[in-house]
Formats: sequence, structure tokens, C-alpha cells
Amino acid sequence: MKKKIITRRAAITTGVAALGALLIPGCKQPMPPNYGNILRMGDNFTYAAHRALLPGQSLAKEYNFSDISSMPATGTINPADTSKEYFSESYDQLLRNGFENWSLPVEGLVARPASYSLKKLKTFAARTQITRHTCEEGWTAIAEWTGLPLGTLLEHAGISPKARWVNFYSFDGWLDCIDLIDAFHPQTILAYGMNGKNLSIPHGAPLRLRLEKQIGFKSMKYLERIVVSEEYIDPGDIGWAWYNGI
Amino acid sequence: MESQPSNISENEKHQPWVKTSHWIITLSFLLLVFTGIEILMVHPRLYWGEVGNELTPAFLELPISRNHNRTDWEAEVPFFDSKDSPISAGRRGEEEMFNQNGWGRSLHFLAAWFLVVTGLVYIILGLFTGHFQKHIWPKIRELSPAQLFRDIREHLKIKIAPPTGGPQYGVLQKIAYMSIIFISLPMAIITGFTMSPAITAAFPFLLEIFGGYQTARTIHFFTSIGLEIFLIMHISMIVLSGFKQQVRYMTIGKQP
Repeated sequence: MKKKIITRRAAITTGVAALGALLIPGCKQPMPPNYGNILRMGDNFTYAAHRALLPGQSLAKEYNFSDISSMPATGTINPADTSKEYFSESYDQLLRNGFENWSLPVEGLVARPASYSLKKLKTFAARTQITRHTCEEGWTAIAEWTGLPLGTLLEHAGISPKARWVNFYSFDGWLDCIDLIDAFHPQTILAYGMNGKNLSIPHGAPLRLRLEKQIGFKSMKYLERIVVSEEYIDPGDIGWAWYNGI
Repeated sequence: MESQPSNISENEKHQPWVKTSHWIITLSFLLLVFTGIEILMVHPRLYWGEVGNELTPAFLELPISRNHNRTDWEAEVPFFDSKDSPISAGRRGEEEMFNQNGWGRSLHFLAAWFLVVTGLVYIILGLFTGHFQKHIWPKIRELSPAQLFRDIREHLKIKIAPPTGGPQYGVLQKIAYMSIIFISLPMAIITGFTMSPAITAAFPFLLEIFGGYQTARTIHFFTSIGLEIFLIMHISMIVLSGFKQQVRYMTIGKQP
């Protein structure tokens, strides 16, 4: 009698186990909280799968100068607008003298916490990239962004080996973070220039994040402060996915 | 039915793994359609190429939400000095926008995981158990014009054979299932991947084969329309051939 060596059940079990094992490397990085919400669990599964299955340092497509397109400014378009809920008095003050007094504190798990003026940030080797902004709404736009790689700044500040998250605070009241794979991605830059000019207010002046492998709203505008942490600094369930690679 | 290939037993019933994957995919497909409509309502404009937004012309505008044709913009600012410079404009009235993407997108991707994983298991089992070869792939002789015309004529006369309780499919049925399994659903998944900035960074050829993000989005939309037409026809055929009996065969597998 011929004995089946590979039964269907064994094949399925092995397959599922192999798929699970593939996801383990993605779990060395701590996960953001799921708030007991099945949607957030799905988001975290996508995050783990992307980290396990996709090369972390692959580059987003870069375009030609002639590909630069019109680009709407959405969400907050001016934190100095007193009629808005997101009005920021400190932003309003800084804007009055052209961000001369603006500087970006880099704090938390860094050896040399410091606050970087725009002038200082512009002394670091800049990177210019023409990339596609992909909005969660479904629209896209291509623009040229100039800034310094976030990794350069984190190394300059002496990021600790214990660090797991890079948190961004914005003048219009947002708190968001990225992991170190994204933080040290060569196209992850702190942009002060757009299409050859200084970044305009609607697009996030004086400094915004460009995170080219995630959906547009992760590229935070109007940066106020950066905090490096080991623990996830929880802004609470904002009702949106934390990871937005899709 | 006369068009049955002789190597299929008349009594063969639907396999449990076929039934299970059928219903998982049904549920995830319905969720994908529901959330897909929600996502489209946030930006009901379709484009061709890499770029498309409210400041560029649309290839197709769907009047399906209050976000359709919004006009509340700050003054346009050109990026460059040239006459045909691309422009920037700030959007006003953000509060009046329809946007439920916080759950819509996450539920879309959660459902997509079930579709992709179940679909993969289904394809592997379909190949290795001979299900595709025996039941789905049409035989050469079934594709003869005479056979095809007869099947088309019977469908047009709405003469639908009663269910056999198993995978003894007619030739048009095989062609329909084959296009869903091997063309439409994979196309929906691949164009979906092409809208992911993380996936296209890893596989840049995706943007090249479709000619851009917005083209992939537009194809994704039309593919879903195709799948919805299939769903309507599939349900119509089930109703015409005996709804109760068909659903029983596809679930508990017993005669009513």
C-alpha cells in the first residue's frame, strides 16, 4: 500500500507556518498599539508583512524635472490662520519674521540634544529628489523636494542604539512617529525647499518631512520638534492607520 | 448536460476546500466593493498616467459624493515663472469634505489580505488537485464553434440547466470562472499593489507596466466594475437554476 507522504493537511499547515516564520523578523521592531481594534490589527499585520517581505532600503521612483505637476495643499494650509481650530500662536510669531527665530529641537534618546536653526540645517549635505506625493484620498502630484536626510541629523545628534521610534510634533497639533528603517531611508528627508524655492506655508514651511514610501499624510508639515524614543509615544487611537505603506 | 467531459463523475460534489475558499472570497469581495466605493467617493475623479489631482484635468469624473467638483480653493500660485507652469492652491473648507478613509482604507486592506491569502491557497490547491484541469479549464472540443454557439443560444433563451451539485460546468461557465480566477482578480490585486508606495519602491516595474499610479487606479476601478458585473450574472444564474438548491450544494452539500 502506498502511503501518502505529503498530505494536504500537512501541506497547508507547513505553508501557514512558513508564512508565519517569514513575519518573525518584522517583529523585532516593537509594534504600535492596536487599541483592541481589528482594523488596527490588520494595519499592524500589513506593517509586519512589509517589513518582512520588502527590502527596507529600496528607493521610491524618482521623476524628471519636466514631470513636476500641479499640487494641491490640503489639511492644514496655514497654522497662522486665527479662524482655524489648528491656529498656533507660536507659529504666527515665528512667521512674522520669516522663521528667523524658528529652530528644531532634537531631543530624547540622543547623546547631544540640540535645537537646529534653519541656517544650521542648510549646512548639512542636501538631497534633492523629484518624487510622487500619494494622498490617501486617491490623488497624486509630483514635486521636487530639497532638504537634509533625517538620518544625517539623527547621527549628528548622536542617536542612541536603544532608540526605536522617531517622533514628530507639528505646529498644527499633530504627533506622529516612524520606525528607524524609515528614519534612515536615504529618501527620508527634512525638506526646506520645494520646486527650487523655499517651502511655502501651504506646503509646510519652514520644514516638513518627506517620507516617500508611505502615503502623503505621513510626511508631516510644519515641524516643531523631534523626539527620539524607545517606547511608542501614544497619541491615542486617531482612527487612522499608523503604517501607510499601502 | 451533454457538454460534460466524460472523465468527470456525474455525482462529484463540490470539494470542501472549494466551498470554504468560495465563501471567504465572497465575504472579502463584498467588503472590498463596499470600502472601495467609500474610498472612491473621497476622490471621485479618475486619471491616466502618474499624476492626477483636483488641479489637473480628469479622465472621468463620477458625481458620487459631495467631493465631486469642489471649487473652494485659495488663489492659484504658479511654481515657476513660465506661462504653463504647474500651480499650487490651498484647499479651503476641509471640514465639509467627505472622508471616511480612516476605517475605509484599513478595512479595504484587511479584506484584501483575506482575498490574497485565500486566493493563493485556492490557486495552489486548484493546480495540485487537478481541479482547474478537470473542471475549470475548457476542453478543446468544448471550444468548437458549434458547441459554443449552442451554449450561447441556450443562455440567451434562458434555458439554464439544473444544478448537478458539483463542478460539472458548461463551457461558458468555465470561461467565466477562468477569467475571474486568472485575469480579473489577479488584475485587481496587481493594480492594487501598484497603488502602494512601499510595494512599488520594491517592484518599480509595476509602475512601468501600467504606465503610472493613476492608470493603475483607473484600471483597478474598471476591473472592479467587471467583477461586479460577474457577481450580478453569477447570482442571476444561481437564481435561474434554483437558488435554494445551489446554495445548499455550495454549503452543506445536501439535497434540499
